[in-house]
Formats: sequence, C-alpha cells, structure tokens
Amino acid sequence: MYPVELRYTKEHEWVKVEDGNKVRVGITDFAQSELGDVVFVELPDLDLEVETGDNLAVVESVKAVSDIYAPISGIVAEVNDKLSDSPELVNQDPYGQGWIAILEIQDASQIGALLTAEQYEAYIEESK
Amino acid sequence: MSKRTPLYEAHVAAGARMIEFAGWEMPVQYTGVLEEHKTVRRYAGLFDLSHMGELFISGPDALEALQYLTTNDAAKIDVGQAQYSLLCLPTGGIVDDIVIYRLEDGYMVVVNAANSDKDVEWIQSRLRGDVTFENRSANTALLAVQGPLAAEILAKLTTTDLDALYSFEACRGQVAGVDAIISRTGYTGEDGFELYFDDQYAVQLWTELLRVGTPLGMAPVGLGARDTLRLEAKLSLYGNDLDENTTPLEAGLSYFVRFEKEEFIGREALLEQKAEGIRRKLVGFVMQERGIPRHGYPLLSASGEKVGVVTSGSVSPSTGKEIGLGYVQSELAVPGETIYVEMRGKARAAEIIKGRFVAAKTRRRP
Repeated sequence: MYPVELRYTKEHEWVKVEDGNKVRVGITDFAQSELGDVVFVELPDLDLEVETGDNLAVVESVKAVSDIYAPISGIVAEVNDKLSDSPELVNQDPYGQGWIAILEIQDASQIGALLTAEQYEAYIEESK
Repeated sequence: MSKRTPLYEAHVAAGARMIEFAGWEMPVQYTGVLEEHKTVRRYAGLFDLSHMGELFISGPDALEALQYLTTNDAAKIDVGQAQYSLLCLPTGGIVDDIVIYRLEDGYMVVVNAANSDKDVEWIQSRLRGDVTFENRSANTALLAVQGPLAAEILAKLTTTDLDALYSFEACRGQVAGVDAIISRTGYTGEDGFELYFDDQYAVQLWTELLRVGTPLGMAPVGLGARDTLRLEAKLSLYGNDLDENTTPLEAGLSYFVRFEKEEFIGREALLEQKAEGIRRKLVGFVMQERGIPRHGYPLLSASGEKVGVVTSGSVSPSTGKEIGLGYVQSELAVPGETIYVEMRGKARAAEIIKGRFVAAKTRRRP
C-alpha cells in the first residue's frame, strides 16, 4: 500500500530521491485520509533553507491545520504551484500530482535515517 | 464515557468517521465534508442531531417563566410556531442560543448539546410560578432533512400538508408511521425540516428517510458539513461565535432582544450596553489574500494594531472563497472595510461583507 521506492517519516511525509541531489516531498496516503478534504496548502518560498524538522509547508483541511516538516535539511528548489488552485490533488494523488516541494540537499546520508515503506507501515499499525 | 445516539451503529455502518463532540460520539463526516456540503445545497442531506437537548416547560405560568428567562418575546409565539431566542446572564453574556416551540400543551425549548446540562441547571433554578419542567433529551431523537429537495423527500413519508408549513412553523404529524413534531427549521440556510420524535424509532425513521431520499440524491451529512453550511448562512455557533463573554447586541442578534419586555435576565446590562454604545461587533469577512481564517486568529487594522479576533472560519465549499466570522471594533465593523487576519505571523487582507456568504433559501411565510 505504501510505495516501496519512497522513504517516510513518522510525521507522515514521504521522500522520493530524484536525480542528482534533489528529493521530492509530499504527505502520505494515510495522512491525507486522516486530514480529510484538503482545502488549502501554504507552500514555502523558493530558496528557503530548512533544517530537518523545520516548518516546510502547511496543509489545511476543512477542520484541521497541519504543519508539514522538512524530512531532510536542504534548500527549497521547486514548489508544486498547482496546489494553490487545486489543493485536492493532495487527496486524489498524494504520491503523484499532490507532491509539495523539491529540496536540494547537501547530505544524502540523511535519507538513510528515514523509514522504509515496511517500517512506516509497521509504525502506522502500531499507532492505530 | 461519551454518549451515543440510537443511530451510532447506523453511522458506523455507513462509513462515518466518529468524533467526540460535546460529550457525544458523533459523525463528523461520511464521504467527505465538501461532498456532503454540496449534496445539501444541491439535493438534500440527512442529519442526526439527537444529541441536542429538548426541555419542556408547561403549566399556567409557563409563558411568564420563559419571558423572564429569555430575551425574545415569547408571547408572540402562537401554537405551531417556533422562535429563535437567547438565554443571557445578568451581565448580558449569552448562556445559550435556543429555539422555543409552542405546542398545544406547553413549550419545548431546544438547546445546544454542549450546553444542555448547564441550561437545565440554569433554567430549573430560575423557574417562576406554577410550572412543570421536564428534560426529555434522553429519549427524544432529532433528525434534520435539509436542502432544496427536503420537502419532496419528506412528503413521501407523511400525509401532513407540508405546503402549509413555512419557516419557523411546526406541527404534529406522522412520518413513516412515527408520531413526530415536524418543524420547518434548520441550521444550513436551506429549506428543510427537523423531526422530533421518540428515540426508539430513530433507526426506523433514519432508514425510511434514506430509502426514499437516496434515489433523489440525499445522503447522510456529518457535523463537519453542518459547520460549513451554517457558516455560509452566517448562523452563529455557540462556543465559537457566541459565549458567556459576548452579548446578543455584539453578536448582531439585537432583533432577538425585546427591551419592551419589562423584565428578563440580562435586560439592565444590555440596556446599558446599548446606551453606552456597542464597542465590538460580529462581522462576516471574505479573504482577499489566500489563507483560511481559524477560531482565535487575531484580526488587525491596516496599521497592524489588534482590533479583534476570528471566531469561525473555513473555505466556503459553495463559493471556493475563504470566509470567516469575527468580532471587530465597531468603527471597523463596516461592510467594504478591509481588515487583516494574522495567520502564522503574516497579515492577510479580508473584506467585511454585508449579510450572508450564500443567500438563504428558507421558505418564508409570504
């Protein structure tokens, strides 16, 4: 159920290693389902420098405001502008068109510290 | 331990996400807030509101007792009519907002679930004269059918002449063979009905309403969409927009405060506030810059000074705009005025609007 090519955080973000030193970040299917209809996404500014755990974006559903944290330190290289007018993409296609930002990272070793699909699924099961 | 309505199992079976609300386990959504909201505006929605409180006051002095307890003029309620009213503290702060029905044999006062225990205590300890008080909340079910097709759907289950019933009117009748108070009221801005009946028939009536309503597009609707629907209709929510520190005059509810009544709890304080001038007012606003206003966010003037606070906010599912309600200093509480909502440290512009966000479609008596 959780794509095996992605890595995950306990804050329910996914990370996809792109070409070179870039990673794509979004929220998991579990996260979007818990949130319900996403109606607003506040995207970070380009070139914003974030450390692991810093606020990267805000995803809002009708009822809840959710902070999205940087899963890895890096610089915001790209944001998904489509979410400004179509925040529902986060619900409809969380691992595809619902991505949030692309970070340029310095330290690729941080990726190894993230959860695998199997570990993330186990974590979800545990916390249920 | 939270309470459950007789429809708890039906909600879970329908795929509802249950949340704790005012001590009750209630459905917040079935398929999704946005979809349920649009279903009500387009077709009709079915709501379980059995958590709300129903208090009965009867006896020779029932009217007098209500006149003392409430701000509106209960003498104007004829049998078969309902009236929006308020319970106030001596300070003018709002204890609860309520709907009073006059029945053949007395009055039914419908109160917010979150305030039910408080209201029972408040009312009981302030009853005057020869009156009988009865709290029938525990065995009264309340279902609402709301939306443009509500009348068509309900007509399939009742011989009661619904055409004779206008907004804020009620009668006794049978729905699917169940004795009910059929009331043309609601909390969505749509035409619709609320049905009060013995809670042993809750599953039966819920099932029958879905059976006849589903083919017409009706679906069950949770508290999530109930909130966005009432917000678009600019209907206040106790606990968000109204509380013991706000008065009806500040909340734009002056129409429901009848100072010509000689005595009611809160009258002196409210008269004094009216004479001194109302310092802050509840306004509706539409965001000009993107962002969702949330309860508790500060409202700022153009110069960045704090001038108020957001009490409710959401995306309006009908218009796609971000909307909110909040109290602002009276000088700024003017339609067309720009105010700013502080969100995560940034000030975002909003325009104060006049009236509702979405026009009401209730069926008013001509």
